Amino acid sequence: MKKILAVCFILLIVCTLPMSASAYENESYYKGLEGAVINVFNWGELISDTYEDGMLDVNKEFEKLTGIKVNYVTYESNEDMYPKIKNGGASYDIIIPSDYMIQRMIDEDMLMEIDADALPNYKYVSEEYRNMYYDPDNAYSVPYNVGMVGLIYNKTMVEEEPTSWTALWDERYAGKILMIDNPRDAFAIPQKILGYSLNSTDEKELSDVAQMLIEQKPLLQGYVMDEIYNKMESGEAAMVPYYVGDYILMKDVNPDLGFVYPKEGVNIFVDAMCIPKCTQNYEAALLYINFMLDPEIALSNALYIGYATPNVGVLEHPDYAEMRENQYLYPDKENMPEVEYFHNLPQETLHMFSQLWNEIRIYGSDNTHIYVGFALVGLAVVFFMVKKYITKRKREYWYNSI
Amino acid sequence: MKKRSLGEKLVASPYIVWAAMFIIVPLIFVAYYSLTDANGNFTLEYIADIGRYKDVMLNSIWLGFIATVISLFLAYPLAYIMARSKANTQRTMMMLVMLPMWMNLLIRTYSMMILMQDTGVINSVLTALNLPNLHMINTQGAVVFGMVYNYIPYMILPLYNIMSKMDHSLIEAAEDLGGNKVTVFKDIILPLSMPGIASGFTMVFVPSVSTFYISKKLGGNTFSLIGDVIEMQFKSSNNYNLGAALSMVLMVLIIICMMVMNRFTGDDDDGGVLI
Repeated sequence: MKKILAVCFILLIVCTLPMSASAYENESYYKGLEGAVINVFNWGELISDTYEDGMLDVNKEFEKLTGIKVNYVTYESNEDMYPKIKNGGASYDIIIPSDYMIQRMIDEDMLMEIDADALPNYKYVSEEYRNMYYDPDNAYSVPYNVGMVGLIYNKTMVEEEPTSWTALWDERYAGKILMIDNPRDAFAIPQKILGYSLNSTDEKELSDVAQMLIEQKPLLQGYVMDEIYNKMESGEAAMVPYYVGDYILMKDVNPDLGFVYPKEGVNIFVDAMCIPKCTQNYEAALLYINFMLDPEIALSNALYIGYATPNVGVLEHPDYAEMRENQYLYPDKENMPEVEYFHNLPQETLHMFSQLWNEIRIYGSDNTHIYVGFALVGLAVVFFMVKKYITKRKREYWYNSI
Repeated sequence: MKKRSLGEKLVASPYIVWAAMFIIVPLIFVAYYSLTDANGNFTLEYIADIGRYKDVMLNSIWLGFIATVISLFLAYPLAYIMARSKANTQRTMMMLVMLPMWMNLLIRTYSMMILMQDTGVINSVLTALNLPNLHMINTQGAVVFGMVYNYIPYMILPLYNIMSKMDHSLIEAAEDLGGNKVTVFKDIILPLSMPGIASGFTMVFVPSVSTFYISKKLGGNTFSLIGDVIEMQFKSSNNYNLGAALSMVLMVLIIICMMVMNRFTGDDDDGGVLI
C-alpha cells in the first residue's frame, strides 16, 4: 500500500513539474503589488479558465505569480459594458471592448493612457495590429484578439449550405433562426445585403435596414448572445450570425455545425485591453495587460477562446500549429471574405440607432385580441359595480322601511 | 391617533431607515430621471414618448392579468383544501408549496426553458414514445405559464392564511339555515376570503406585469414585454431617462389596476361578487 502511495506521489510530482517549471518572462516585473485587488471586466467566454488539455487558468496563474487578487466579471456586448463604465458606480481596472467602442470611449475621454513601450511583452503584438484606426498611436489599447462575424448553421437542419446573409430571411427556416442581440451586429447584416457601409450615417439607409429587421422578426426564434451555445449545440436553432471563435468552441460539442463567411461581406473586429478612467489600481492593471501578452498565457487564451490572435509569440508556437491552419480563423487570400471594421458613429446616428433598435424590439403582431379582452374585463367590472350598487340601495331601502 | 412612545419609535426606526434608503430614495431618483434629459434639464419628452410603447404596455398588463386569473383559479381550491385538512397534512402541503421557492427564480425559469424547448426534455420523451412533438417555447402561452409557475406560491399563501383563520361556525350556521353548497360558497366563503384574494392578486399581478427575465427566456425575445423594454434602456441602450419614464407610467398603470381591484374587496359587507 505504501509503495503504491509513494508511486502516486512521485507521479503527481512529475506531472506537476513541467507546469511549475514553465516560468513567465520577467518574473521580477510582477512583484511588489502583493495583496492588491483588480477588477477585470471582459466578454463572456473570452478567457481561458481551465487547466484541461494543457491550458492554464489565466486568472489563477496571475494571482499565483503576483499575489494580486482578480475579481473577474463578464458582459455580453459592448453596449452592455458601456453604460456601466459611463455612469460610474462600479470601478473596473481592465476592460476589453471592441474597436468602435474603444474609439467612442477615447472620444469621450473615458480611458487612461497606456505607455506601450513600458510593457516588456508589448514586443509580441503583431505589427499588423498596431497603430489601428481606432487608436493610431497605441496610446490607449493593447490588442487581445481578432475575429470576424459569420453565419453558423446546423448542417442537418438546412437544405443547402447557405452562402448569403439572405438565408436568415428564408421562410423555410421560420422559427429556427436566431439573431444576434446587439444593434451594431444586427444592423450590419442587412447593411451588407443592401450593399451599404457598416458605418453609414444616412438616415434613409438606416431606416431601410430597420425595415428589413422588422420583416425578419416573424421568422425569428429569438434575439440571443451567449445563449447561442445552448441553442446551437442542442440543435434547437438552425442558424445564427455570430463570432467565429464561438463557432470553433461549439463545433467541438456539436460536430454538425457549419460555418460560412457570406459572400456579401462581413464585419471584422479587434478586441483590445484598455484601462478605464475609473481604475483604482493602474499599476496592477498594467501588470495584468503585460501578463496577458506573455506567450504562454496568450497561447492558453488563443486555444481556449478560439479567435485569431495578434500575438506573434503564439503564432510561432508549436502547440498552436494546428489552429494556425484553421481556414476560418486565418483564411488564405482566396478564402478571405470582404471585410469591414466598425467605426464610432456621431451622436445623432447613435441616437437614431438606439431608437430604431427599440422600435424593432417592440414591434409586435396584431393586438386586437388584447383590446377585445380588456373591453370584456371592463364590461364585467362595470356590470359588477352596478350590481353591487343596486344591491346596496335595495338593502338601504329595506333597512329604512322597517 | 395615539402618540407613539419613544420605545415604539426606536423599534420602528430600523425599518423606516431601510425603507427610506431603499424604497423612497430610489423612487425619487426614478421620478427625477423620468422628468429630465441626459443633461439634467427638465423635459417632458420621455413621458410624452410613451405613446409608442402603448402596445407593449397593454400586452404586458394583459398577460399579467391572465396569469393572475389562472393562478387564482388554481390556488383557490388548493388553499381551501389545505386549510381544511389535518395539521400534519397542512404542514406537508405547505412544504411542497414552498419547496420550489428554495431555488432561485432565474434558475427555475432557465430550467423551464430547457424542459420546454423543441429539443428539450419533454419533447425528447414524446419522441421516444413515438408521439408528435409539441411546440411550446417562444409563445405567449409559455410566458404566461412561466409567470403562473413562478408566482403561484404568492397566491396560495395569502389565501391559505385567510382561509385557515376563517370562522367555521359561520359556514355551519349557513348550512343549518338551509343554504346549499353554492349559497354557502357564494355568500359566506367567498366574501370572507376576499382580503386574501386581493393580496394574492396584487402579489402575483405586479411582478408578472413587470417581469423581464421570464419573457426573455420563455418568449424568446421576439415579442417584448414592458419589463424587457425597460431593462434594455438601462442595460444596453444607456437611456436611463426613457427607462425611468416607462417605469413611472407602468407604476401609475399598476396603481390604477389595483384601485379597480380594491373596489371589489373594499370596506363594505356585500357578497356575491365574482371577479
